[in-house]
Amino acid sequence: MTVEVLRVRDLRVRYDTPRGTVKAVEEVSFSLRQGEKLGLVGESGSGKSTIALALMRLIRPPGRIESGQVFLGDSNLLALSDEQMRLTRFARISLVPQGAMNSLNPVMRIRHQLGDTIRAHDADSPRQDVEARIAELMESVGLRKSVANMYPHELSGGMKQRVCIAMGICLRPQVIIADEPTSALDVVVQRQVMDTLDSVQAQLGAAVILVGHDMGLMAQFVDRIAVMYAGRLVEIGPVEQIFDESLHPYTRLLIATLPSLEVRSAFRGIPGIAASPLDPPNGCTFHPRCPWAIDRCSDEAPAYREVRPGRWAACHLAV
Amino acid sequence: MTPLLEVRDAGKVFHTGGFLHKKHHVAVEHVSFAISADRPSITAIAGESGSGKTTLARLILGILRPSTGEIRYNGKPVGSMDRGEWRTFRREVQAIFQDPFEVYNPFYKVDHTLVLSVQKFGLAKSRREGRELIEQALRAVGLRPEETLGRYPHQLSGGQRQRVMVARALLLKPRIIVADEPVSMVDASLRATILESLLKLYTDLGISLVYITHDLTTAYQLSGNIITLYQGAVAEVGDVERVIKAPQHPYTQLLVASIPMPNPKLRRAKLEVAQDELIVGGVGCRFANRCPHVLAECRESAPPLYRTEPNRATACYLYKSAPAIHATEIATLLQ
Repeated sequence: MTVEVLRVRDLRVRYDTPRGTVKAVEEVSFSLRQGEKLGLVGESGSGKSTIALALMRLIRPPGRIESGQVFLGDSNLLALSDEQMRLTRFARISLVPQGAMNSLNPVMRIRHQLGDTIRAHDADSPRQDVEARIAELMESVGLRKSVANMYPHELSGGMKQRVCIAMGICLRPQVIIADEPTSALDVVVQRQVMDTLDSVQAQLGAAVILVGHDMGLMAQFVDRIAVMYAGRLVEIGPVEQIFDESLHPYTRLLIATLPSLEVRSAFRGIPGIAASPLDPPNGCTFHPRCPWAIDRCSDEAPAYREVRPGRWAACHLAV
Repeated sequence: MTPLLEVRDAGKVFHTGGFLHKKHHVAVEHVSFAISADRPSITAIAGESGSGKTTLARLILGILRPSTGEIRYNGKPVGSMDRGEWRTFRREVQAIFQDPFEVYNPFYKVDHTLVLSVQKFGLAKSRREGRELIEQALRAVGLRPEETLGRYPHQLSGGQRQRVMVARALLLKPRIIVADEPVSMVDASLRATILESLLKLYTDLGISLVYITHDLTTAYQLSGNIITLYQGAVAEVGDVERVIKAPQHPYTQLLVASIPMPNPKLRRAKLEVAQDELIVGGVGCRFANRCPHVLAECRESAPPLYRTEPNRATACYLYKSAPAIHATEIATLLQ
């Protein structure tokens, strides 16, 4: 039996806007096994980044976590005090944010930013230990030690992203959440960053949640895929099985849109527009775009259920 | 082939810094290609950030003047056209930019950008005729006019906004569309739809495309010819089928090897490549510091283009047994 490091139960996140309440994340439940790589996929606005922030308890007003539980080991993160949560971040669960190039302080050398993070959790650690740890971190993300003495503007995008990964792992967390870590990078650098993430993950034995919309990247990197649509999880399962035969039509279409190097001039987009989370359609939120929709889909929301062992999907037609 | 658009040995150097700390940055050098007037084509220009692909797009569009070489349209250098010729050029060569968010004025409805094009170029005699043209163009890119017109940019999705830009380009009945990373800021699920509408412009309306991208998969899907740029210089050029399926230049090989294959059963081994992106080549081949096959001569002078196949050339000394060609001959390779 594999150990589950993170269990998310019935998570709901709301954004209060003048035009009404946006149900950004609705009834999301999943678990993450030790050392596992889980891909969280969806279009923009599907709620995937909101989940990442909610797990870190970094949702800011007008957003709020309406209900749910996030168990990291035995502790429910949503029930911790602010101070306990502060100590948990980075130490047990860490986030490599989206657009990491902008998350570094432009007027601080890399070593000071890393040192700050380490000292915020262990104020008494001796200077030499911190320095040694920084050197070790630089090496594990494939950067020269001297990079630690540089300022962010002296680094390329890929190097900055690797610094952010170093920051994410500096306290050896059990869970690393990487929110679109390569979205602004070139293909070659993207490969290097993913390779880096892969190797630090293996070194630490940590579990990783990779948030993104690129199914190709997911196919290369993760063990399981969780697919979001309009704030809800619509499918979760092992990556090979999902690519072989996906149970939810949205996943199937998402995989079909991927351009391949086999057939030319064959573009298949997903018709229609993503459901508005402000005013989601009745029944299944995907039914207006679904080529397989039946009458039942527009009336009754499908239950998210374990269709086959280890494979969950929310679709009336899934068997 | 009668060239419609001809890029002849174009180069662009940017000068930065003040009087005392002058710096030169060569963004593009010795790039040549041509687009035929007789037959429409799709040419992909691929490279990473900093490869000079956007600078090249701006040179083609006449937004920037080349430092060396020239860009000709209908045989006339773009920089020295008279008013009438310039107007024709501006109508017949249209651009689609990367960011579908920044190109709109948020205070106007999306209609504005379309109506303005109709007015400025006098495309319609009456308001009704103009409206009809606009609706036609929107339908051609797969948008429903009644769901698109009358809305503000923020009320449309990124994919819809980008398609409105394609519709705007289409309104003017251009002969060439220069699309600079048109799908890089759009969700994966919508990319296919936008690329499909671009491809339709080529197949149905005979518009030539210059597709500028960092994504070799979509370049392969869309184009017939491809030019890969590395730090402003042409690395490899030729028929897309050959270049992507059997890349010759070590840089193109690296690019192709980096494509995430959408198949979990084909996982790739880690890349073995020099990580130090910060070292920029001086004299010699610009890729020498990252190249796994680097030779002594690579560090002495930049390699010329070698014509390795009838429709293909590679700027790499590994192929020096093939005949060397001058940059201006690139156009003769392209089909």
